[in-house]
Amino acid sequence: MTIRVLGSGCAKCKTLEERIRHLVAEHQLPVEVEKVTDLQEIMKYGIMMTPGLVINGKLMSVGTVPKDSLLLQWLRQEET
Amino acid sequence: MNKLIERHPIGMVIASLPIWIVLYLALQSIADAIVSISGLPPNGRITEAVRFFVFETPKVVLLLTLVVFAVGIVRTYFSPEHTRKILGGKSLFVGNVLASMLGIVTPFCSCSAIPLFIGFVEAGVPLGVTFSFLVAAPMINEIAVVLLFGLFGWKTALLYVSTGLLIAITSGYVIGRLKVERFVEDWVYQVHSTTGAWEETVPSFPDRIQSGYAAVKDIVGKVWPYIIVGIGVGAFIHGYVPENFMAGLMGKSAWWSVPVAVLIGVPLYSNAAGIIPIVHALLEKGASLGTTLAFMMAVIGLSLPETIILRKVLRMPLIFIFVGVVATGIIIVGYIFNVVY
Repeated sequence: MTIRVLGSGCAKCKTLEERIRHLVAEHQLPVEVEKVTDLQEIMKYGIMMTPGLVINGKLMSVGTVPKDSLLLQWLRQEET
Repeated sequence: MNKLIERHPIGMVIASLPIWIVLYLALQSIADAIVSISGLPPNGRITEAVRFFVFETPKVVLLLTLVVFAVGIVRTYFSPEHTRKILGGKSLFVGNVLASMLGIVTPFCSCSAIPLFIGFVEAGVPLGVTFSFLVAAPMINEIAVVLLFGLFGWKTALLYVSTGLLIAITSGYVIGRLKVERFVEDWVYQVHSTTGAWEETVPSFPDRIQSGYAAVKDIVGKVWPYIIVGIGVGAFIHGYVPENFMAGLMGKSAWWSVPVAVLIGVPLYSNAAGIIPIVHALLEKGASLGTTLAFMMAVIGLSLPETIILRKVLRMPLIFIFVGVVATGIIIVGYIFNVVY
């Protein structure tokens, strides 16, 4: 499973990346986390607010840092 | 606390509103009590500075909490996607007016300026209309309005919002007429989102209330140090700088003060929370309203970091046109207020 955090340096982007990495480590999920900072790459997802969260190619959230419980639920869902 | 908010968002609002009102009404008595307990000499300079600080700080924080909460809820009804849909294909003038107003209520952070810019351009929003949005969104925000209302009263707050709108509308319109499309970086036009636009699910009402709480935690949590420092500096000016000290420097008679205030203000970067308490104290010491207003707008509305971010999508000539047109607008507004008041 691959996760991409889309964001070029806003405060929320950093928070989201930290939360994801923390959850992945805590629950030992087989996940590859990638931070995307290249604007042209980010814009391919057509988002207008950062951060964007992409799980297995699917855009899950835009402009927010979802709650840990929700993030974990998404991670678990994609795993099965 | 977080659990309670999550389970009973609406109940928590009903429970905390009376507490807010009681606190707000008691502010003056609490401040007076603190000053009298402190044993400071009555009418001393330090006493006046302390009184200013212990009254203004909690007042501004309380007002900010309430308004950020309300705006947090209002913003759930708007999204950049929705705004873009409204603005797409609008004619120049009507589009500029709409974009400036939507700039106030649409969620915006200067770090998202690029995705938003490209998203607008991609959807066929005219460049001039996009600029109206980009001017209004940072300049007219809830923090500025609350502080102006709290420290100066509703007239000044209204004045700020209406002149800010006027500047956003006209600068966007002027930029639109200048035909500057060739100064946009080529890659912007080559971006085509592959996934289609992000479609947000419609939140329930308790969800919207939750967003209000989240906004308070996020924004008030971020700006309170600026408020304390800003009010601290303001308190110092209030207590120690002699009356009319600023009159020669920033008063009406100094005709050059408006452009100089804007020139100093543009590279300075602060949010409204830090600058307005200082501006309040300057005004008290004889600075004129037009000059102060111009300084404040230049600091909040035009910032160096945002301009540097925009350089990724705009070529240098357009950056200069953008800053130049907006700065000219601010200077004109400054002069008008100096003449009228």
